[in-house]
Amino acid sequence: MTDSSAVSIRSVSKGFGRGAAAVRVLEDVSVEIGQREFFTLLGPSGCGKTTLLRLIAGFETADQGKIIIEGQDVTQAPPFRRPVNTVFQNYALFPHLTVEQNVGFALVEQQMPADKIRARVGESLEMVRMQSFARRRPAELSGGQQQRVALARALAPRPKVLLLDEPLSALDLKLRKEMQIELKLLQAEAGITFLFVTHDQEEALTLSDRVAVMQGGRILQMGAPRDIYETPTHRFVADFIGDINLIEAEALPGNAIRLAGGAQIVVPHQAQGKVTLAIRPERARIVAPDAGHLQARVVHTAYLGTALVHKLALSDGATFLLRQSDLDGTQPPIGSTVGLSLPADSLRVLLQ
Amino acid sequence: MTGNPTLRRLGLLTPALMTIAVLIGVPLMLLFWISLLQKGGSSGVDWGAAPSLGNYIRLVWEEDFDGTMILNTSYLVILLRSILQAAVTTGLSLLFGLPVALWMAGLSRGQRDMMLLLITIPFWTNLLVRNYAWLIILRDDGWLSQAINFVSPGGPIQLLYNDLAVAIGLTYSFLPFMILPLYTVFEKFDWRLLEAAHDLGATRSRALRRVLIPIAMPGIAAGSLLVFIPCLGAFVTPALLGGGKTLMLGNIIQMQFGASRNWPFGAALAVVLLGLMLFVMVCMAIWRNRRVK
Amino acid sequence: MNIRRFPMTREISLLVLVYLYVPVVVLVSYSFNANRTATVWSHASLDWYGRILANPAIQSATQNSLVLALCAATAATVIALLAALATARAFPSRGGVEAVLNMPLILPEIVVAVATLMLFVALGVQLGLGTMILAHTAFCIPFAYLPIRARLEGMNQSYGEAAQDLYANRFRSFRRVTLPLLWPGIMAGFTLAFVTSLDDFLTSFFLSGPGTTTLPVYIFSSIKAGITPEINAISTVMLVISVLLVSLSFFLGRLRR
Repeated sequence: MTDSSAVSIRSVSKGFGRGAAAVRVLEDVSVEIGQREFFTLLGPSGCGKTTLLRLIAGFETADQGKIIIEGQDVTQAPPFRRPVNTVFQNYALFPHLTVEQNVGFALVEQQMPADKIRARVGESLEMVRMQSFARRRPAELSGGQQQRVALARALAPRPKVLLLDEPLSALDLKLRKEMQIELKLLQAEAGITFLFVTHDQEEALTLSDRVAVMQGGRILQMGAPRDIYETPTHRFVADFIGDINLIEAEALPGNAIRLAGGAQIVVPHQAQGKVTLAIRPERARIVAPDAGHLQARVVHTAYLGTALVHKLALSDGATFLLRQSDLDGTQPPIGSTVGLSLPADSLRVLLQ
Repeated sequence: MTGNPTLRRLGLLTPALMTIAVLIGVPLMLLFWISLLQKGGSSGVDWGAAPSLGNYIRLVWEEDFDGTMILNTSYLVILLRSILQAAVTTGLSLLFGLPVALWMAGLSRGQRDMMLLLITIPFWTNLLVRNYAWLIILRDDGWLSQAINFVSPGGPIQLLYNDLAVAIGLTYSFLPFMILPLYTVFEKFDWRLLEAAHDLGATRSRALRRVLIPIAMPGIAAGSLLVFIPCLGAFVTPALLGGGKTLMLGNIIQMQFGASRNWPFGAALAVVLLGLMLFVMVCMAIWRNRRVK
Repeated sequence: MNIRRFPMTREISLLVLVYLYVPVVVLVSYSFNANRTATVWSHASLDWYGRILANPAIQSATQNSLVLALCAATAATVIALLAALATARAFPSRGGVEAVLNMPLILPEIVVAVATLMLFVALGVQLGLGTMILAHTAFCIPFAYLPIRARLEGMNQSYGEAAQDLYANRFRSFRRVTLPLLWPGIMAGFTLAFVTSLDDFLTSFFLSGPGTTTLPVYIFSSIKAGITPEINAISTVMLVISVLLVSLSFFLGRLRR
């Protein structure tokens, strides 16, 4: 597995500043990113995802650990000796150069003959459908066009790995959705590894083969988007991705868990004492008041077009969200008391 | 190029820091040392003399024929005049500079750039030439004197070689130093604050006094410093527009290196000028610190 | 009511503009006056410009001034460029370093001039063009430094990173990206340093040796000897050169970022 990894990060730590002002940004992070994988680092700002990307690009140097790209140890190598290219958050297109000079920048550094450069630049611009803008300067392009040129520039030298630092964050919502699809197609066409950094969980789930959720300089959970969404292992991961209901409960010997109302559910777990249960709003069901695991009062119902979202109040005052996709089903009136059924296979026992 | 950022930075900074250290730092230390020596020798300085404060004492006391020290006010008067001239110039610059900066901030972008250029150009043109231009205007047979004479006959009026001429020249020389920092403050000013002040019942002049001026205080302080300090050490303006009775510090320093040829005393005068400047800057820094708290 | 307009500020501003420019206009117009007495107008003529062109003392002073300004501005710009590259990113003692770099702006020129004079005399250095170039270089540094620094400030740090990411080493990245982007700032800094040196009177006054008079020093001694229309003409020439160069630098500074 290790030998075939595109990027291998082994126990990397990084801090900034000295003495009292020192901040640890990455704590013993290890990741293996496979060939042609679309891998996403997801987390809130300050979680260390951008620092990890900059360590791989070579703009920062790791304090500890190793970074191996395509079997080559690049931990101490400067950026210009690494077979990776970056799409910057603000694109960083050189304002004094035309679009084609920007795209050909790396090829000139690699001392490619002029006719080959012209051909490669043409190909790269065609890939992002920007051929007709070759002679323009970056200032004459829209945000979406600059984004494409930045992609073409980073792809032109045919890197082993493409690093993307929140590349879509400067675009408006509609354009962002379009570019997401294009990015995915582009990756399939170019056939290279994409390492993507974002704080947008929806973007991460849509694009990625695998996602690593980061917080406080550590990777909390890593896996396919579906696993991350359906089987969060940490309270932070569950909370950060999508809506979720958290229920305080008590673990009993065996696999039983006792809820606040006294009802018991059998869920596999190794915990003892107080635990937090998580369930997605679309997994819980409304049943007759005495039939469910919990009782709740309906506070508010919102119509979202594709579903109804009920805001419920549990007996201890906590809020519970429930998503009802069956728009034609019975709708409990506001103020009424209902029962909540929590399917055992949809419940997760979380680590703090 | 080295990979260590600290070493690289040091390498890049060395030429600049060395140039300034050798051509400004070392001379200033030498100046201080010479101010403690006596005149003499072929180069004007008696290098073997024991260091003393004699030159500084000479500023205030003079030795009489019989050896008693008597008060000599001639240098003190010049010192005082320099400070007063600098203060008057600063006041005049503020009086005229504030409305100009205020007006500029309210202009459209293109007009602002134009005004900025118009204010900056005199600042960059030759100081000597600009003061010389005033010399032509204020001369006895110049058109201003003749015009005044035409309106109220009574013989030519002496406009040159007095404190007023020097004040006009100094204000002319340093006014841009006041306008530019003030303009910078007003350009960044959030005009909604004035709307808020009006909304809360402040009239135009009250809003100006209670909101705009207090917020502009750092700019006023910076501008005042930028006008006051070069005025203290002015040489060209008093040399051209002032006469023998309107000498300033710069003139008597120059004299020690010219006709009088007393370098150690000139050095002492220069140190006094530096000390005055330092004093003003420290006062300003204290005021600024207190303001922050 | 326009919140940004204050009564009387417009009138005072126009008055100040008149105050700033009337002396310049007077000086320039007198330089075209045919009359010998310098203050009585007879008719327009270019006589005095012809005279200054033919005056060998002015020719040599002009040459000295240009050589001095060129050498000092070039040296100061190179030194300032290196310093600006070092201070572009924050580091613990940056404030102190910048204070030292800007010291020539704050110190009274007459103090630095006499101190430098005494240093050269104490070292036994012959006063002349060489000593003036050294002294001018020192006080030109901040004038060259500030525009370059401002340009660097506005420049995104990620351009350098992008260049290195695209396989340019530090030197290539500087040559292909940083230098072209910085160029208008460098030219603006050079121009300001050049004008500052060209216009300087005090330092040259103390440090010029026999035969190495500069134009401002020549003008000063001429004024002291008696006002002539020749001075008006040569002053006008100096004025025009400064205005042209400063306008150029202003334009360069505003150039596309």
